[in-house]
Amino acid sequence: MDLSAILSILDATIRLSTPLLLACLAGLYSERAGIFDIGLEGKMLAAAFAAGAVAAITGSAWIGLAAGMSVSLATALLQGVAAITLRGNQLIAGVAINMLAAGLTTFLGQTWFSQGGRTPPLGEGGRFVPINLPFANEVAGVPIIGPIYYELISGHYILVYIAFLMVAVTAYVLYRTRFGLRLRAVGESPKAVDTAGISVVKLRYQAVIITGLLCGIAGAYFSIAQGSGFGNNMTAGKGYIALAALIFAKWKPVPAMFTCLLFGFLDALQIRLQSARLGGVEIPVQAIQALPYVLTVILLAGFIGKAVGPKAGGVAYTKER
Amino acid sequence: MKFNMFTKALAGGVALSAMLTGVALADPAVIYDLGGKFDKSFNEAAYNGAEAWKAETGGSFLDLELQNDAQREQALRRFAGQGANPIVMAGFSWTAALTAVATEFPDTNFVVIDTVVDAPNVQSIIFDEHTGSYLVGVLAALKSETGTVGFIGGMDVPLIHKFYCGYAQGAKAANPDIKLIENYTGTTPAAWNDPVTAGELAKAGVDAGADVIFAAAGGSGLGVLQAMKDAGKFSIGVDSNQNYLQPGSVLTSMVKRVDVAVKTALTEAADDATFKPGLTIMGLAEDGVGYAVDDNNEALLTPEMIAAAEDYKAKIIAGEIAVHDYTTDSTCPL
Repeated sequence: MDLSAILSILDATIRLSTPLLLACLAGLYSERAGIFDIGLEGKMLAAAFAAGAVAAITGSAWIGLAAGMSVSLATALLQGVAAITLRGNQLIAGVAINMLAAGLTTFLGQTWFSQGGRTPPLGEGGRFVPINLPFANEVAGVPIIGPIYYELISGHYILVYIAFLMVAVTAYVLYRTRFGLRLRAVGESPKAVDTAGISVVKLRYQAVIITGLLCGIAGAYFSIAQGSGFGNNMTAGKGYIALAALIFAKWKPVPAMFTCLLFGFLDALQIRLQSARLGGVEIPVQAIQALPYVLTVILLAGFIGKAVGPKAGGVAYTKER
Repeated sequence: MKFNMFTKALAGGVALSAMLTGVALADPAVIYDLGGKFDKSFNEAAYNGAEAWKAETGGSFLDLELQNDAQREQALRRFAGQGANPIVMAGFSWTAALTAVATEFPDTNFVVIDTVVDAPNVQSIIFDEHTGSYLVGVLAALKSETGTVGFIGGMDVPLIHKFYCGYAQGAKAANPDIKLIENYTGTTPAAWNDPVTAGELAKAGVDAGADVIFAAAGGSGLGVLQAMKDAGKFSIGVDSNQNYLQPGSVLTSMVKRVDVAVKTALTEAADDATFKPGLTIMGLAEDGVGYAVDDNNEALLTPEMIAAAEDYKAKIIAGEIAVHDYTTDSTCPL
């Protein structure tokens, strides 16, 4: 395995972990504020559809992204009303969102475009294109550092850079700002926050809004960056993997990034290990494809230690009278 | 009194035969496989065939898109129970469901494409995908500058191995030193509709040196075509003519004339006199399979490449070259 093969796997790792990372950070805001969010998958799917459909009609990736984020935001607010204002069960609200998104996207897609629930393939401008960072071509010839910069760091979609930037932003917001302190507090002890005269409901809605926007970017990444157009159920369970990554990372932003990179790496490895041979025997493709999931179970069960979520998670806040 | 009963019985018989005639004149039904009616590939070809039949005869047909595997028998029974005749199914996954239902409705004519069901009222149409794939394999090997060509299948099943095996034999025939990369999108029916994974496989193939990739993956193939276009390399479409999807990047398409099969089936199987139960094979000689050339890919194929492909085609039809069919013994000698 030479440097270019390793770089190729790592390059794919970054591409594949980006939607996981965005969804994971989205879940982080919501869960840190005390709202379990099982509906990441549904919000991403709705956003992927909206982005794909609008980008196909307008021919603009940016308008598609805005549509994806808006729809995801609306979905998140719906979930928020159910879980915060109406004090419904948060898990049920999330599951409802997932089912709604899975059915509605295919139905609307079929009604609008008559392509079996798909949105039309996107032309030039309708998709985000990889961007080359400055000096990428110039330094490509430099040994080791050159290829790493050219192959691995440069040449990704802008949403990829946004995702990794969001890790730093989230870490700063969570640990260095007043909003972050209150957000963490409201997930641990909403009563204390309320006693201090801060609105629990307002804080939780703010968290849900951020979750919606980030899920929107993640969803748009599927349909207008990585793919070209929306396909039925194209998020393929990534929302649940992001949720697993969030628990694995113990609800912390930087560990979340590494966890998502790990899951992305396993996925990339799975793709490249197909028809690989071990001692002259071809490894069955099923075994290779199961690898990421098997390792996920092993890692979650064996290596994570005790993962304790925010104390007030899953409980709607009722103000005492 | 006896006479009265006789007339009643007669009237009943007339009514019954009128009903039967009604059944015989009923609309045909077309059932698509998972992947959807508009997959721009296999199912869409079936749909186009039915539409062509409709335009030509002015008739109408019922159709249904499956949502999951469990619906197969139910869908068949419902159409047969409603009196639809003939019932045409596209897809290799129909074997079990049709075997069960065909005996329950002996008066209904069934046509199944891509698999073989042995029943007196079933016509099974299969294609010589291996010979068509052989020809696109020849074109791929002649086009490749890196000496590496790829293959991305949909679900990992024998039928798709048949595509690969033909493709590999053709590539090796045109260039004995060619390197082949073989991949499958998945092992469940979801693999027919997963363009993201298929696109990622294509990128991995490009990284490994492939500059032409044949996508035999239904709806997932769209991801391969897109990824190869993004990489500035070439892809080969499947089933329908997919040259127009990414003009200038799709080298050719291994067309399987599912549309012709469906159109013929709708015409012939409607009448018991012309219905041909048993096995029908559509190969190169019948123009059932082949490679597509149109405005979108003319510039990509040199006259020499076309001549080579035509030469192999003539030799296969004449029996001078025997292309091995993977499904006969589940091996692919190269």
